[in-house]
Amino acid sequence: MLLIRCPYCEEERPELEFRNAGEAHIARPTDIAAISDDDFEKFFFIRQNPKGIIYERWRHLHGCARFFNAVRDTVSDKFVMTYKAGEPKPSKLPGVSK
Amino acid sequence: MSGAFRISNAGRLTPARTARFTFDGKAYTGVEGDTLASALLANGVHLVGRSFKYHRPRGFLSAGAEEPNALVEIARDSARKTPNVRATVQELYDGLSAKSQNRWPSLSFDVGAVNDVASPFFSAGFYYKTFMWPKSAWKNLYEPNIRSAAGLGVAPDQPDPDHYSSRFAHCDVLVLGGGAAGLAAALAAAETGVRVIIADEQAEFGGALRFESGARIEGQGGWAWAQGIVAQLKAMGNVRVLSRTTAFGYYAQNFVGLVERVSEHLADPGHDVPRERLWQVRAKRVVLATGAIERHMVFADNDRPGVMLASAARTYLNHYGVAVGRNVGVYTANDSAYGAAIDLKKAGVNVAAIVDLRDNPSGTLIDQARAAGIEIHDGRAVTRVGGKLRVSSMTVQPKNGGGERTIAIDALLMSAGWTPSVHLFSQSRGKVAFNEDKRFVPGTYAQDCVSVGACNGTDGLAASMDEAYAAGTKAAKEAGGKATKVSKPKVDADEIWSRGMLGSAPGAGPDTTVKAFVDFQNDVTAKDIRQAVREGMRSIEHVKRFTTNGMATDQGKTSNMHGLAIAADMLSKPIPEVGLTTFRAPYTPVTFGAIISHARGPLFDPTRRTPMHGWAEKHGAVFEDVGQWKRAWYFPRAGEDMHAAVNRECVTVRKTAGLFDASTLGKIEVVGPDAAKFMELLYTNPWEKLEAGRCRYGIMLREDGFIYDDGVVGRLAADRFHVTTTTGGAARVMNHMEDYLQTEFPHLNVWLTSISEQWAVIAVQGPKSRDIIAPLVEGIDMSDEAMPHMSVREGKICGVPTRLFRMSFTGDRGFEVNVPADYGQAVWEALWAEGQKHGAAAYGTEAMHVLRAEKGYIIVGQDTDGTVTPNDAGLDWAVGKKKADFVGIRGLTRLDLVAKGRKQLVGLRTKDPRVVLEEGAQVVDNPNQPIPMKMIGHVTSSYWSENCGRSIALALIAGGRDRAGETLYVPMPDKVIEVEVTGMVFFDEKGERLNG
Amino acid sequence: MAKAAQKTGIVEAERHPALAGRNASAAHVTLTALEPAERISLRAPEASLAALSKALGLTLPKKPKTSTSKGGRTALWLGPDEWLVIDDAGGDLLADCAKVKQLHSAVGVSHRNVAIGVTGPGAETTLNAGCPQDLSLAAFPVGGCSRTIFGKVEIVLYRTAEDAFRVECWRSFSDYVFTFLSEAARDAAA
Repeated sequence: MLLIRCPYCEEERPELEFRNAGEAHIARPTDIAAISDDDFEKFFFIRQNPKGIIYERWRHLHGCARFFNAVRDTVSDKFVMTYKAGEPKPSKLPGVSK
Repeated sequence: MSGAFRISNAGRLTPARTARFTFDGKAYTGVEGDTLASALLANGVHLVGRSFKYHRPRGFLSAGAEEPNALVEIARDSARKTPNVRATVQELYDGLSAKSQNRWPSLSFDVGAVNDVASPFFSAGFYYKTFMWPKSAWKNLYEPNIRSAAGLGVAPDQPDPDHYSSRFAHCDVLVLGGGAAGLAAALAAAETGVRVIIADEQAEFGGALRFESGARIEGQGGWAWAQGIVAQLKAMGNVRVLSRTTAFGYYAQNFVGLVERVSEHLADPGHDVPRERLWQVRAKRVVLATGAIERHMVFADNDRPGVMLASAARTYLNHYGVAVGRNVGVYTANDSAYGAAIDLKKAGVNVAAIVDLRDNPSGTLIDQARAAGIEIHDGRAVTRVGGKLRVSSMTVQPKNGGGERTIAIDALLMSAGWTPSVHLFSQSRGKVAFNEDKRFVPGTYAQDCVSVGACNGTDGLAASMDEAYAAGTKAAKEAGGKATKVSKPKVDADEIWSRGMLGSAPGAGPDTTVKAFVDFQNDVTAKDIRQAVREGMRSIEHVKRFTTNGMATDQGKTSNMHGLAIAADMLSKPIPEVGLTTFRAPYTPVTFGAIISHARGPLFDPTRRTPMHGWAEKHGAVFEDVGQWKRAWYFPRAGEDMHAAVNRECVTVRKTAGLFDASTLGKIEVVGPDAAKFMELLYTNPWEKLEAGRCRYGIMLREDGFIYDDGVVGRLAADRFHVTTTTGGAARVMNHMEDYLQTEFPHLNVWLTSISEQWAVIAVQGPKSRDIIAPLVEGIDMSDEAMPHMSVREGKICGVPTRLFRMSFTGDRGFEVNVPADYGQAVWEALWAEGQKHGAAAYGTEAMHVLRAEKGYIIVGQDTDGTVTPNDAGLDWAVGKKKADFVGIRGLTRLDLVAKGRKQLVGLRTKDPRVVLEEGAQVVDNPNQPIPMKMIGHVTSSYWSENCGRSIALALIAGGRDRAGETLYVPMPDKVIEVEVTGMVFFDEKGERLNG
Repeated sequence: MAKAAQKTGIVEAERHPALAGRNASAAHVTLTALEPAERISLRAPEASLAALSKALGLTLPKKPKTSTSKGGRTALWLGPDEWLVIDDAGGDLLADCAKVKQLHSAVGVSHRNVAIGVTGPGAETTLNAGCPQDLSLAAFPVGGCSRTIFGKVEIVLYRTAEDAFRVECWRSFSDYVFTFLSEAARDAAA
């Protein structure tokens, strides 16, 4: 069971309190009704599923109930960092080269 | 008398405290503190089991958890039978009853042993190669027969009457292993004041100090020192000491699973004591002090009862006061076996000879053995042993060949060296390194842990304890402990033994056909491993699977390194290039009971009951499971079957009225100045213009345009909506709404609160519904003018607050009475009493389904399946055409979703009105086409409708609405049913009854 | 209310709390179904807190895992804009909040939640049978509170004393929670 730092509760809490919510930083287009089929496909269906660093959404469902973002390494399954929903994708990751 | 082989003045048990037990029905006496193994050995019993595949007689190999042979069944009563218990671990209690396994008709005469004679046919890969054809024979012939012949214990066939408990625990430093190193680490950490947990699988702490008679610490014997430290740790408030506790799994972020055997050793555990306790420990730092496991020598017939690890024989003597024989031989490739020989000799046991594979071994222990008058044959090998059910002799030969000599013995002690226990380290995803001593030791760490002592490849007590103490101090400091005065224990004397050998010994090489066992539990010999390489296996992972070496429940604790060395030798590659298999949890077998712990019976999954459950129960309701909910399904009266009850309920609702418990519906209160804006975005319908006090049926889509949920929404005020969801959708709809609110529309000033369980909901439906409710209501004008269909009012019913909805899921005049949950039962009872005046009935979910189907009202999840759009479901009218945005708006215009020929929801009428279709049945347009037929849709809902006097059905049919009037066919195994495509409404098509 | 009932002839509905009368005790821990209380789920932005605190008569806590208590009222921080406010003294929380003009959402959940008292030296151990959080006093001090997991359901946990907790769960889960706690209490001696 992983320990996940909730940026709102400001501490690490057991994974049982959380739910993963898929890839992060995919904004719903503000003019969604007008976008092309290709753009809709990219927005709704296409995901990175990378080997290595992934930016993903989690919800502290059974805690503060907030959605937030996390950077996780899919190889080591380690969390690099977490940050609040709406904050920009971090440009630098602590402890990660490249 | 506790056994002829009990040595007076040896061991640490109290001979006067005897315990009686039986093995295979025969009565024996042991001593409290014995294991089943030591007690049997004290009585001269070595033969305890038959092997897995060849049914060879087997005895005790070890004195610990690594035991591959001595697996027995322990039975407390008919329900409490545990198979495959390691006799070397099971503590003796008065009245213990054990049975040998895998033998028929008896342990000493086992018919299955014919497999041993026929063993040339049963070599590695035999099963894969032999039982291939015909394919069908595998299931009916081969597998059942192989299964009954192979396998070890028999699982009990009754429910487990014991109970198990679980505990989450947190600590700063978790020490795994309670030998000298573990204790030193725990002491160092504990002195800094941090929270420490130390666990050891044995009943008592001390590890190898159990047998290592040469160890002296702080002026006392090693064992005595260990007991003193344990007492000291137990007295500290910041330390938890767990004996009989195995760390079985090391998971991410220092999350470690432990099983504590709480009462397995007790004669009468009592009612409240769990059998086992599962600990799920989160530690800031972990110190691994898991020690090392002695390896056996790989030579012909090394599995004879009486042939065992040298450290085991020494443990039986020094701890349990038991001699494993009267005339023992020793076969070794390292120094540690000498200690066993010397201790046994001192205890009065004859040591026939030490056979040492090494040329001219030297050192303190060798000198001591010589001084004790023990004959040492160096540079020689034991090439085979005599005896069948017990070893009777060993045949000794110079290792490079030459004259043989046979020496009579009744036990043979062996040691090929020690394998560091890196299992937990490996489970932590650490990478092992092969060191110059030919040992795999911890290399690269993946987690915040450290290995100390023998499991780290550190030889000698003094060095191990130094390392452990330093590691304990460091771990504690990293976990936030304060530096304190040092009280490092001083080692006065220790034993050092390293090196040894890997692989097969002389006489069991590639040129031989002898059975030299590598893996005792799975009956894998050196020959099998060589054969695997010959047949093309190159990776150790393939060799392992082909031979099953290391795949038994002992996970190759004694066999892995030998198997690897033999494979490497055959491949002419260095060992690290062949690679070590990965160790996985559990370290030793864990009972399902411990894993499940409390989650059984009523705690397996929550059972949710509505506030009116008790009333329904009292009135004979039959319940159905809807998710975790128990819902009243129907209310049969005397003499009624389900069909009759449902028919009566359906008719009564339309004739007078019915009461229905709708409390399980999901409910969400949406509050804030932007509540309507939010509703506009989450539902397809328009909401801004819905007046306060009015309701609307809403549809929620996913972004892909498919129906996700539906429900009636009431607007209580400009800034307050009372939203209902399906029962099954309650949690996910809330999550879906929160997701959009928090991450896509955070600018909206609105909040969501689940009120599903705040309100009990009593649906009163039918022409008399208003007459039933009105007398109990205060402050609400229920006239049609003041309160039309699809409106909501707040007031009082039975003197308590209500949110009264006028709405219908039956097509008849109807209301849903929401009251605070604790009042649900009383208000129901009051409504029931009123209803009785009008002949109303209580109805269950089945009648609810029929009534709504008569009106063509859909149930999301039954008539939709995640690929149905509002248009497909005939609900286009609920999609706001002028809206600029809502979740799913773009999905609805996808090419697939606007294409012709989509499956659409329609009604089906069977040509024979008495025939009721099966839900899920497939529909075709030509029943005479060849199989496989082209299926054009399926039945989603189907019932007998007493109100219509015929069967009714809803179905998703390709191009369904254009087929109105067409005849289609539902092929069933025994017949083809003709159906006509119709509209979805079967009853009161004009909808006049809503105000009737 | 009773008066009105007399006038209209309507018999006032009797209240049937979910765990009415249930209690259990083991060697080191006592479980009690607590009396019904008034509760609201309060949601509000930072800017409204002063006004809401004033109306409620206690300062809404702003730090995670903390609570404030005054005059029979307790406010538990559940999230950055979410509080569970409990009134054991019969006060009308919804009415108090209704006076506040600043942005907020107050929703009555008095009947949604059921409270169970877990008290005694084995309380922490009993809860840790199903709650994965570190409940040591250092990590979860007196007054500490959190929404979390107990076994397979969600609870709100509030520590009222060193050896006393209040467990809040949804009504239909209360039987599960109480039964689980009773089972766990049997093993809370160690």
